[in-house]
Amino acid sequence: MSEVVLALHEVQKRFKDHAVLNGVSLTLRRHEVVCLIGASGSGKSTLLRCANLLERIDGGDVELFGQSLLDPRVDPDRVRRHIGLVFQSFNLFPHLSVIDNILLGPVHALKRPRAEVRAEALELLERIGLAARAEDYPDRLSGGQQQRVAIVRSLAMRPSLLLLDEVTSALDPTLVGEVLDLLTDLARQGTTMLVATHEMGFARDVAHRVAFLEGGRVIEEGPARDVLDHPREGATRAFLERVR
Amino acid sequence: MTSAIDGEPVPPDLFASRRQRLLAGRGGLVASAVSGVVVIGGLAAVFWLAPGGATMRYFFFNPHFMWQAFIGDPSKGFYSVGLGLLTNLWIFALAEALVLVVGLLLASARLSQSPVLFPFRLLATAYTDVFRGIPILLVIFIVGFGLPELNLGYVSSQSPAVYGCASLVISYSAYVAEVYRAGVLSIPHGQLLASRSLGLTHATTMRRVILPQAVRTVIPPLLNDLISLQKDTALVSVLGAIETTRAAQIYGSTVFNFSGYTVAAILFLILTVPMTRFTDHLIARDRARRLAGA
Ligand SMILES: Nc1ncnc2c1ncn2[C@@H]1O[C@H](COP(=O)(O)OP(=O)(O)O)[C@@H](O)[C@H]1O
Ligand SMILES: [Mg+2]
Repeated sequence: MSEVVLALHEVQKRFKDHAVLNGVSLTLRRHEVVCLIGASGSGKSTLLRCANLLERIDGGDVELFGQSLLDPRVDPDRVRRHIGLVFQSFNLFPHLSVIDNILLGPVHALKRPRAEVRAEALELLERIGLAARAEDYPDRLSGGQQQRVAIVRSLAMRPSLLLLDEVTSALDPTLVGEVLDLLTDLARQGTTMLVATHEMGFARDVAHRVAFLEGGRVIEEGPARDVLDHPREGATRAFLERVR
Repeated sequence: MTSAIDGEPVPPDLFASRRQRLLAGRGGLVASAVSGVVVIGGLAAVFWLAPGGATMRYFFFNPHFMWQAFIGDPSKGFYSVGLGLLTNLWIFALAEALVLVVGLLLASARLSQSPVLFPFRLLATAYTDVFRGIPILLVIFIVGFGLPELNLGYVSSQSPAVYGCASLVISYSAYVAEVYRAGVLSIPHGQLLASRSLGLTHATTMRRVILPQAVRTVIPPLLNDLISLQKDTALVSVLGAIETTRAAQIYGSTVFNFSGYTVAAILFLILTVPMTRFTDHLIARDRARRLAGA
């Protein structure tokens, strides 16, 4: 089995006295795609944000390549340079052109030479068919195009893994396909991804494993087809029937 | 036609009233012309026909006295209201530059997150609370009469105009800091999350992502504060600095005619009206842009 990239051990997270994560454990190996499913409010977004230290956890541990991220010597900014996060609402920077959105991280966080990164960014845009839109501002693009640019913006950081938070949920149904196609391509090329999603078809076809989150815990986890087609837990079955 | 609710037939009622149509068409133009003449003419009539109208015009709007106040004549004991404006102008220019910088520093301190900066955060919060709560006039008295009493060499030996300028900086920085801070807080949280997720530091996120977006929302309220600042340079007169208002006051008590005040008012209008119009233009443009985006 390949190397463990991200490991969550009994992660706990509370907002005031509202416990959202009650001991979540999950591992993600290199080249693996894991889909995180669960009802709205079950804590999927919170889990992803804990994984890249946007939220401070209240208990348990998060490890990246075996290194605990709770170690006081760890710099959260450096951690985040290795972990891409893509949002439901894209969150492109409206005051920057498409290409500048993509260049911001590599140039100002990684301090890489602008010209070199620019060539790479244009290549990435070429791959998603948006090279001609490089100088446009995000509000000129459709939702699907914006989300694909957001994914490319994360990829330009050459991250070790991608976290994707319901990246198709804010899209017009006709635009969902182009984003899922891009994710499928990335999966095929071996990109390591943790994908919070309600797209069960995508999970079944692309994910290696699926984890079902409820009551702040992963209550069922396994190969995608096993969990989705033959859930062992009643709660998983009930959830799958509701989203179907 | 039947009512969708109870199925009863209802008569179609689709036409605007005669009055509405009249006002909407060329009648509207006529109506606004008529109402303009009536309102403005009415006000002018009150001004001209009031029992004391002539006296009032003599004391406030006499062209001879206005010109005399404007150019001044120190040999007769009064200063030029026009030259006095130069004092207002340099006080404003200096105060404006300092207010924009000090306000930004205060806002940055309040918005900082580092635990090391905690005392600065606390001080900046206290500062904005205190100086937004004290009338500017009192700040001017405290600084203008207080600092000279300190006997602190350089600090205690400045001109009234400098103390006035310093007081304006002290007060207005607190307001401007809040304008900056509101602008930063108006940027959606997702922008911060996206930037930090790329591994950009808090400082780089502010500089490259948040501030460039905040600037646009901040400029109109900032200009409003600067317009107020321009006018409030007149308050410096209470310390005895010979700026335009003070010159008008001296003229008034020397010649027993208040036309100097009118001159000062006109001079302030010449300064502020272009800025007010410009601010309104920016607000309208921003609104149009937001409507186009939505
Ligand atoms: N910043 C926050 N402050 C308080 N409560 C929060 C915050 N973020 C999330 N929550 C709460 O945590 C729970 C899980 O939210 P979330 O992780 O967004 O779920 P999901 O992404 O699965 O829909 C929800 O009940 C939500 O209200
Ligand atoms: Mg969510």
